[in-house]
Amino acid sequence: MLFPVKAGLLIDRPVGQVHAVDDVTFQLKEGETLGIVGESGCGKTTLIRTLVRLLTPTAGTIRFRDQDITNANRKGLEPIRREMQMVFQDPQASLNPRKRVIQILGGPLRMRGVPRDHIESEARELLGRVGLQPEHMNRFPHEFSGGQRQRIGIARALAVDPRLVLLDEPVSALDVSIQAQVINLLDELQDELHLSYVFVAHDLGVVRHVSDRILVMYLGKLVEVSSAEELYDKPIHPYTSALLAAIPIPDPEENRARERPIVSGEPPNPVSPPSGCRFHPRCSRATEVCRQVEPQLTQYANGHLAACHHPQHVSAEEIAAAARSPTSPLSSGEQAPAAD
Amino acid sequence: MADEPLLKVEDLRVSFTTEEGVVHAVDGVSFTVGAGEVLAIVGESGSGKSVTVMSLMGLTRGPNARFEGRALFEGRDLIAASDAELRKVRGAEIAMVFQDPMSSLDPVYRIGHQIVEQIRAHEPDVSKAQAYDRAAELMERVGIPRAGDRLRSYPHEFSGGMRQRVMIAMALSNSPQLLIADEPTTALDVTIQAQILDELRRLSAETGAGIILVTHDLGVVADIADRIVVMYAGRVVEQGSLDELFYDPQHPYTWGLLGSITRIDRDRTQRLPAIPGLPPSLLTPPEGCHFRPRCPHAFERCIEVPGLEARLPQAPEHIDRCWLEPERKRELRQVGDQIGLASPESVGS
Repeated sequence: MLFPVKAGLLIDRPVGQVHAVDDVTFQLKEGETLGIVGESGCGKTTLIRTLVRLLTPTAGTIRFRDQDITNANRKGLEPIRREMQMVFQDPQASLNPRKRVIQILGGPLRMRGVPRDHIESEARELLGRVGLQPEHMNRFPHEFSGGQRQRIGIARALAVDPRLVLLDEPVSALDVSIQAQVINLLDELQDELHLSYVFVAHDLGVVRHVSDRILVMYLGKLVEVSSAEELYDKPIHPYTSALLAAIPIPDPEENRARERPIVSGEPPNPVSPPSGCRFHPRCSRATEVCRQVEPQLTQYANGHLAACHHPQHVSAEEIAAAARSPTSPLSSGEQAPAAD
Repeated sequence: MADEPLLKVEDLRVSFTTEEGVVHAVDGVSFTVGAGEVLAIVGESGSGKSVTVMSLMGLTRGPNARFEGRALFEGRDLIAASDAELRKVRGAEIAMVFQDPMSSLDPVYRIGHQIVEQIRAHEPDVSKAQAYDRAAELMERVGIPRAGDRLRSYPHEFSGGMRQRVMIAMALSNSPQLLIADEPTTALDVTIQAQILDELRRLSAETGAGIILVTHDLGVVADIADRIVVMYAGRVVEQGSLDELFYDPQHPYTWGLLGSITRIDRDRTQRLPAIPGLPPSLLTPPEGCHFRPRCPHAFERCIEVPGLEARLPQAPEHIDRCWLEPERKRELRQVGDQIGLASPESVGS
């Protein structure tokens, strides 16, 4: 995904380009929850907005249920959007303040083809399902708390009876106790309705709790893909380790006991990303090769993918058995990762 | 720690008159902060944690606000102090770092100018050149690379983490004895959060300044705090040392908070033991214990407000507001293999 960088006061003139998401390939299985993590500016939000085609990718393809939707027009997208819905981070900003809940839910219900005289009963059922009182359907969004508004956002997404729900930081604006309620609600809905989720968040604790598989992104690149358990037990990429180490554990003794190599610096400007491995300026393991060659996405055992020249938590045999992933970016080098 | 605490807050009450009625935002809060100590005030939106610390600085004063109680800082009562007196204290002896560094910096002035202004406001004898030198020194101390050059930058040229470092540098510019940090890392990425927390811890150790950290994140608390105050709906519900709060929490709300966190150091649980319901409106708080309507363990006695007192003979400093017997609490708070708030259904008997 390319974005032009513009300058000028009255007339914008493009002065550069940002590769917000750069050669990222992955698949989502039916019924799976895929977590996407990374710091601000890593491209995670751009990625899922492109998936629902709120943005059109510069290059590449998006296939949904074997249908190429990369360049589908508005009309072509209509049936897709009935199966693919999005829940946004800020429920305050993503609900129309002038519409009552029944109107907010009515639109997508009509889109699903619910007859006019059934809309109210359907809306009541939806509200009950997300843990709100059906009597509140004539209220406006401002009459609800943040957590309740997020439930309305979830109800709206569910109104068209989708198969896939894309969640962009759905709980990060909420208080901890309310976060737990919403996470539990999402879990329950997935079990009942057999939904697939793409869950974007910067909080690795939350992402691990909900995800089956996790993608870690850094400056527009995929750096690691793994099952949720394995990612936390044996992170291969140093950036993943750094993210994990940065999370404070709510247990004083464990917190004091564990080693926490704090990663220095900040993510660089995506307009001019570093050469080679984009993480090398902040990485303690970086060597000359990291500065020069973009690491290939390498496939290790259990479908664990990582793009690093100096992988951690893998033995020499595992490295020898690993192979370049077919989804490795075209710009990446041919160099196989080295054992320590 | 000195014998005499740096700050002693006694029975602080803050209420605001609104069109709909009187809001008791802070309802009898007491705590102390010693030199070099980090006190965390934990609570959710509307718990009164921010109003508490902002009232100490006189930032909630207004025609509709009423204050009771005392906040003794070096023998002076901050609550009774005049605006002029507070202006001298604020920024100099007590400094504050806010959540959002972008809206706390003036976008049209260079960073250096803003720090220098802060230094000279409280120390007019310092020359401009000296103040600039000190500003550069401060920026270096909080970990900003090429500090001398960056003094000429504007706030928008800094990233969020760097802006928060600038805020901390400004807060430190007059060597405060007490630093109040209101959600200082909430707007930042985790890796940057770890860096800032490290910085705060180091600075408190180096300068001996006391820190009040206001946060909703128990992970951050476990990382940095010495003592913790847990607030709920305007009241302190539990207060104790870091280990007491995490390993022997006495109030069901604290259990609920501990249970609500997704933890990377534990096996994944099916469902989080979340707290049901919503915090009450402070216009019409429930009678008795404010947590009663959401508490699965509530019983008849909870209609009376429990006193904030020590209930464990071996821990006189560990105080809470809950009528349950400590022994009974140890059974009730165990949900699976962790501390949490049981779901209302499972507390039938």
